This record gives sequence, C-alpha cells and structure tokens, in this order.
Amino acid sequence: MSEEKRPERRLLDAGRATRTMRWVMAIMLFLTVLAAALGLGALAASRALDRQLAGRLTIELVEPNPIARDHDAAQVLAMARGDRNVAAARPVDPARLAKLLQPWLGAIGNDPDLPMPVLIDLDLHDASDLAVAALARRIHAIVPAARLDRHAAWMAPVTGFMNLLLGLAAGIVLLLALATGTVVVLAARAGLETHRDTIEIMHMLGSTDVQVARLFQRRIARDTAIGGAVGGIAALAVTALVGTRLAGLGSALASGATLGPGGWIALAAIPFLFVGLATLAARIAVLRTLGAKL
Amino acid sequence: MANIVQFENVGLRYGAGDETLSDLSFALTSGAFYFLTGASGAGKTSLLRLLYLAQRPTRGVIRLFGEDAVTMPRKRLPGFRRRIGVVFQDFRLAPHLSAYDNIALPLRIAGVREEDIEQPVHEMLTWVGLSDRIHARPPTLSGGEQQRVAIARAVIGRPEILVADEPTGNVDPAMAERLMHLFDSLNRLGTTVVVATHDIQMIQRTANAQMMRLDRGRLLDPTGALRFPPSERDG
Repeated sequence: MSEEKRPERRLLDAGRATRTMRWVMAIMLFLTVLAAALGLGALAASRALDRQLAGRLTIELVEPNPIARDHDAAQVLAMARGDRNVAAARPVDPARLAKLLQPWLGAIGNDPDLPMPVLIDLDLHDASDLAVAALARRIHAIVPAARLDRHAAWMAPVTGFMNLLLGLAAGIVLLLALATGTVVVLAARAGLETHRDTIEIMHMLGSTDVQVARLFQRRIARDTAIGGAVGGIAALAVTALVGTRLAGLGSALASGATLGPGGWIALAAIPFLFVGLATLAARIAVLRTLGAKL
Repeated sequence: MANIVQFENVGLRYGAGDETLSDLSFALTSGAFYFLTGASGAGKTSLLRLLYLAQRPTRGVIRLFGEDAVTMPRKRLPGFRRRIGVVFQDFRLAPHLSAYDNIALPLRIAGVREEDIEQPVHEMLTWVGLSDRIHARPPTLSGGEQQRVAIARAVIGRPEILVADEPTGNVDPAMAERLMHLFDSLNRLGTTVVVATHDIQMIQRTANAQMMRLDRGRLLDPTGALRFPPSERDG
C-alpha cells in the first residue's frame, strides 16, 4: 500500500530531524564503504601476493669457477625438475640478472670475467616449512654452499602491512557500524521524546508497542536507505576512481589491490546491511523505552 | 446489570507527595451514564486516567470488564484500551492527519481493513456534523470542530466505556448541548459513559445521569451510593 494510503505512517512529523538524519547516514555510509573498500583492496592485494610468492623460492649458487658453477647449476636444476614438490624450475637469465645488478655494479656487471651467481627460481606445490627444509637438504647434498631465498620471507613485511590495513579497515567498519547503531538509538529516543504526545494517544487508542516501534522503524529505515544510497554511491564512485588510478600505476602490488566483482557486490551490500542494522537498532531502542512505561 | 468497573480502596500518589486519590470505592454499571464532578484539582482527571488505563493506582483494586486491571500484564493493556473510548480535555488529535484520518486511526490500529474503514468514518463525520471538513487538519479546525473529531475518534470503535474529560470546556453552550446529545445517543446504544465536568447545569439537564462527586481526592459519598442507583434509573 502506498504511503498516501497509509496516513498513520505520517503520524511522526517529517521535518528537519529527518533531513539531518539522512545526511548523517550518508556520511556514515560514505566512510563505511570507503573503509570496507580499503579492507577489501588490502585483502585482494594480500591474496595476490600469496598466490605469487607463497610457493616460490630462489636458489643462489655462488661459485667463482664458471665450469664448476655451471655444473652445479645443471645438477641442481635436474634434481629440482625431478622433484615431486617442484612444479617448475627456471634458471634466471644471466642478462636479466646483470640488468638487476646494474644499479650496484654499473657497466662492470657485463664483464664476463666477473663471477656472477646462478639463480634458479622454483615454484613449489607445498611451501610448508617441512617441505622446504626437505628440499633444502636435497639441494645442499648437491651444493652445500647453495643459498635458498623464500620469497614469502622477504615479502613478509609487505604481507604484514596488508594484513594490518585489512584489520584496520575491519575495525573502522565495525566502529562505524557501532556508531551508526548508536546514532539510530539516540535518534529513536529523541523521536520518542519529541512525539511523546502522539505515542501516548496511540497507546490510549489501543496501539501496541510493536505498532509504535514500526513507525520509527519505517522512518529510520527510509532515512538510512536514502542517506545510504547517497553516501554509498559516492563512496563507490571514489573507490572506482582510486581503482582506476591504481591500475594505471603498473605495479603488481597495486594491481592486486583492485576489486573483483565479489568485492563490488560486497561494497554495494553495505548500505542494505546498514538499513537492516538501523531498523533493528530502532526497534530495540523503541521497545525498550516503551517497555519502561505503562 | 453487571458492573463494568469496580474500584476498591483505590489510592493514587504521584511521587512522594500526598495521595491525589484516596480510598475510592465504587462500581459503574454497564450501560449507565455518569458524571464525575468536583472542583479543579479534586482529582477528576487522575480518576479518569485510572479508568482508561493510563495510570496504575498506588494501592487498591480496580476491576475492569471483570478483570484485575492493577496486576494485568502490560502486553494485555492494548486489548483493553480498545474497549475504552477517551475524549481528552485538550483533544489530542494528530496534527498531521486530516479529520478523516484522525477518526479512522483507532480502526487502523485495530487492524481493520482499509475498505471497511471508509463507510463508518463517513457515518461518524456526518454524525458529528463535520462531513464538509473531511480533509481539514486539526490546526485549521475550530475548538468545537476539534472536539467533535475527538469524540468521533473516541466512539468509532464502538467502545464499551466512553470516558470524557471536560468535553464541553472549550465550546460554546450551544455546542456543549449538541455534544451532550451525542453522548446521550451513544449511551442509548449501550455504551457506559463517564463525563468529568464541573458544569452543574449540564448535569442537571441530562436525564437519568448519575453523579460522583470528588473533593480533594475522595468521593464525597464514601458508601459509593450514587444519585440515581442503577436499579432506579429507568424506574
């Protein structure tokens, strides 16, 4: 039934308080969706890092004698390619290595007489400490001086930072949800006080507490929905803009932070969740307040 | 006839002060017409608040429709309140609703379907002489018109008891006469009517009405005997 045909819904006068409530909700939802976008972006980046780095390690063979070095490299590569835990084994191209070292060594890096280490990248099926230790034993049996670098180990600070961002964003979302609930409870209590006469009339006409609560629930749900739509759409637009900028940076980490369809759906769902939260908070606040009266 | 309301040693105290109402013991018979009178501050409004379940007494027993209204669980009150029509001294109309919607409000609260509301509301508007003010909102109505809307709202649910607090206090004598005629009509349909007033002339003009007099929170007749005992009312 339309609002026009349910005039009792107009019992609570809509005025300045309603407009203020909608703006408050718009701001809360804007901040919440942005915080959630930050968290989801950090989560996506963290997962992308995990995918890229968790099962990867690099073997470094340092041997001044080029013949012995090439021999060691061939043996280690052959062992790795025959290992069931190794998905792929690739020697790093010496030219690429020289380019990587160029900032430190300059033009001398291209000198064929300079003893350069051999690097072999491995992708592992099982990157657990136990499996990596077993593989290390097999490699050291061939080349005792070989060094193993687990990529996850040196990317741990980045992953830790991403997890910190994720936790921070989750905390902000929870705090904003709590603040929104508190705002709704305060608004409902203020509304009860403002409309005390109307509520008393309704009670005297035989209205139940639930009927009175529904008036507030509808009002607050509508205000949250309108405010949430404004704040949510604005936050989604900002998120899309930032995502476009991140994608343009050309960084693997930044690209990993962009949201997939699931992330966008989760962000779009937040205003609906807040409408539910606000409605529930209003109901509880009104019923508790009315329950203390006759 | 059966008692619809029974007070036994009822007392009411607001806060820590003296009792506003003391030792009230009386019974109201179903279908009778009562005036409650007394000077300002005698406790008329407080007594009416107990009657329409806006207040619980500090002590004593109130039986309403045969049930103990003092210990009645709160969740049962709405059902009982729907059986009582109230006309407030200050009307208490919803200012944002039209005369039609104000009168329809009790039916909507009771869950009556929209298609079953229109006819009784129009009949009620005609009955109180406001069929031409159907869309008017309370702030645009005169005091007398607001009072009639309040009365229509109080009686549209066919209450078993109608409680009116100084219903003629804000209207001219002609309108007061007309309103009392409305109450009398309703009473003849079987509704028990309780009207608080200090207008002695109005009481005297109303045939067969019984009177309760309050003075400083006490009924002047402590035995509960009324001017016209129910058994003699139609005799």
